[in-house]
Amino acid sequence: MNRSGSFWTVAGAACAIMLVVLWAFPLLWALSTSLRPELETVSSQFHWLPQAWTLEAYRKTLGAGNVVRWLFNSFVVALLVTVVTMAISLMAAYAFSQLRFRGRGIVFGVAMLGFLLPFEALLVPLFRTMHQLGLVNSYAGIVLPQVVAPVVIYVFKQFFDAIPADFREAAVMDGAGPLRVLWSVYLPISGNIVWAMAIVTFIAAWNNFLWPFIIVTSNDMMTIPLGLTQTYDAFGVRYAQLMAAALLGALPVALAYVLFQRRVTQGFLAASGLKG
Amino acid sequence: MRDDTPLMSTGPTTARRDTLPAWLLLAPFLVAFGLFFFLPALETFWLSLTESSLTRTNAFVGLDNYHTLLNDPSFRDAVGNTFYFALLTVIPLCALGLLMALLVDRFTNVQGWLQGAFFLPFVLPISVMTLIADWMLQPSSGVVNHILGGARPWLADPHWALPAVAIGTIWWTVGFNMLLFLAGLRNIPAELYEAAALDGARGFTLFRTITWPALRPVVSTALILQLIASLKVFGQTYILTSGGPFNTTRVALHYMYETAFTQSDAGYAAAVAMAFVAIVILLSLLQASIVKWVAGRDR
Repeated sequence: MNRSGSFWTVAGAACAIMLVVLWAFPLLWALSTSLRPELETVSSQFHWLPQAWTLEAYRKTLGAGNVVRWLFNSFVVALLVTVVTMAISLMAAYAFSQLRFRGRGIVFGVAMLGFLLPFEALLVPLFRTMHQLGLVNSYAGIVLPQVVAPVVIYVFKQFFDAIPADFREAAVMDGAGPLRVLWSVYLPISGNIVWAMAIVTFIAAWNNFLWPFIIVTSNDMMTIPLGLTQTYDAFGVRYAQLMAAALLGALPVALAYVLFQRRVTQGFLAASGLKG
Repeated sequence: MRDDTPLMSTGPTTARRDTLPAWLLLAPFLVAFGLFFFLPALETFWLSLTESSLTRTNAFVGLDNYHTLLNDPSFRDAVGNTFYFALLTVIPLCALGLLMALLVDRFTNVQGWLQGAFFLPFVLPISVMTLIADWMLQPSSGVVNHILGGARPWLADPHWALPAVAIGTIWWTVGFNMLLFLAGLRNIPAELYEAAALDGARGFTLFRTITWPALRPVVSTALILQLIASLKVFGQTYILTSGGPFNTTRVALHYMYETAFTQSDAGYAAAVAMAFVAIVILLSLLQASIVKWVAGRDR
């Protein structure tokens, strides 16, 4: 090993260790806080680890407040958003990619405008629309605007475009309709990318803060990211409980990431416009 | 038939036969797109020309809202705060993301762990980040003040509130940028490094002559995506500081939100939204041309 090589190795290793410590610390500190009795969090004595380990904060968080209800709402919303987004995006992408029809280019172009305009600019009229439809404080109201995902359609279309036409021709010859072809020919060979986009859509829907924040006003309809901001009111300033609630809200997405790390990575890259 | 490249051997009848199924397959998306994207987009523009509340449209007022906007010091301050936030986050997030990607790429035997540690915060809900940040930054019992000494009320200090939110944001979102750079690094052919190594290049020289030029397109993509993301900041500042202290963290989207949903002035809020979109697009174009100019000059 030459001199400059080993210098960069040592400097890089030191840098990596420092950054890992900095990046892991907040979550570990939250964990350490959540395992203490509430009194210890306000004690003037500082300790890195709990002096009396306890699950009290988790028990109280799950028992009091609305955390369980918010977690349930988040599951319902994220699942609905994912299933509906996948269904309508796969159908649309198949039509854009494989079917010839008048106006295809224009419709596709307009749909891709979704990339250009930030969702944030639509909040006011969207709220007015939802109000007129009577969907404020409803699952439908939370879910519907989130299923419009031009980027997902774009990714699927790219993928379908690359599939050789023979696949489809054989099925069409056998007299299969478009839905049948999509379901039994295209879906099976697109398994990986569909999973990747589904997981990423689920994570994004689980984490969405802005839209639920606008459309939900009743405590019972809140999703977990929104509910967590209300916990000061529910618990008062009780940091062991607040950290327990935060970690409970983080757990499902953290698990999804740890279990499907490669798919998540692939999905986020595909959605950013770079190949996964 | 307009289509001159039919995919299938069935020839010119294809387009006619495909038309109905195509529109049926597109229908669910198009309905959702129309109702929840296209019409609201047009309505934002229309609303900005009216005097409206959250639920009612009262009168067409032409460009009055835009006139007010130009002379509104609160809007100007909010845009200023947004720019300051972008300044605090865009370059640090890209530089740190690149550094992390280089480290992940270099230490292959602990790759999964490094990547996991850096990326995990990105998949967490915003309020998990804000809850933990708030606890760590507590003046008296917070761990940050314990380590640094002193009792600074970070989030209540006009000079420190926005930088503190920026640091929280960097922790929360840098993983995505790391991912972009990692993908870029993996696209660089190994032969380039081997050839340069044969020429005696190593360490930083390798980075300067091979890695950096090859990563340029990824760097400019990351800068643009990050600029747009940073300009759209809202949740972090809203949850952690509610725009305070003394409005030093009230950003553009926060101002739009307040105008629409607390003052129920939907017309003016729509004008704020239009101005915001214009600013985002203009700044992105400006940044893109600066990046291009710098790249051209270096070559």
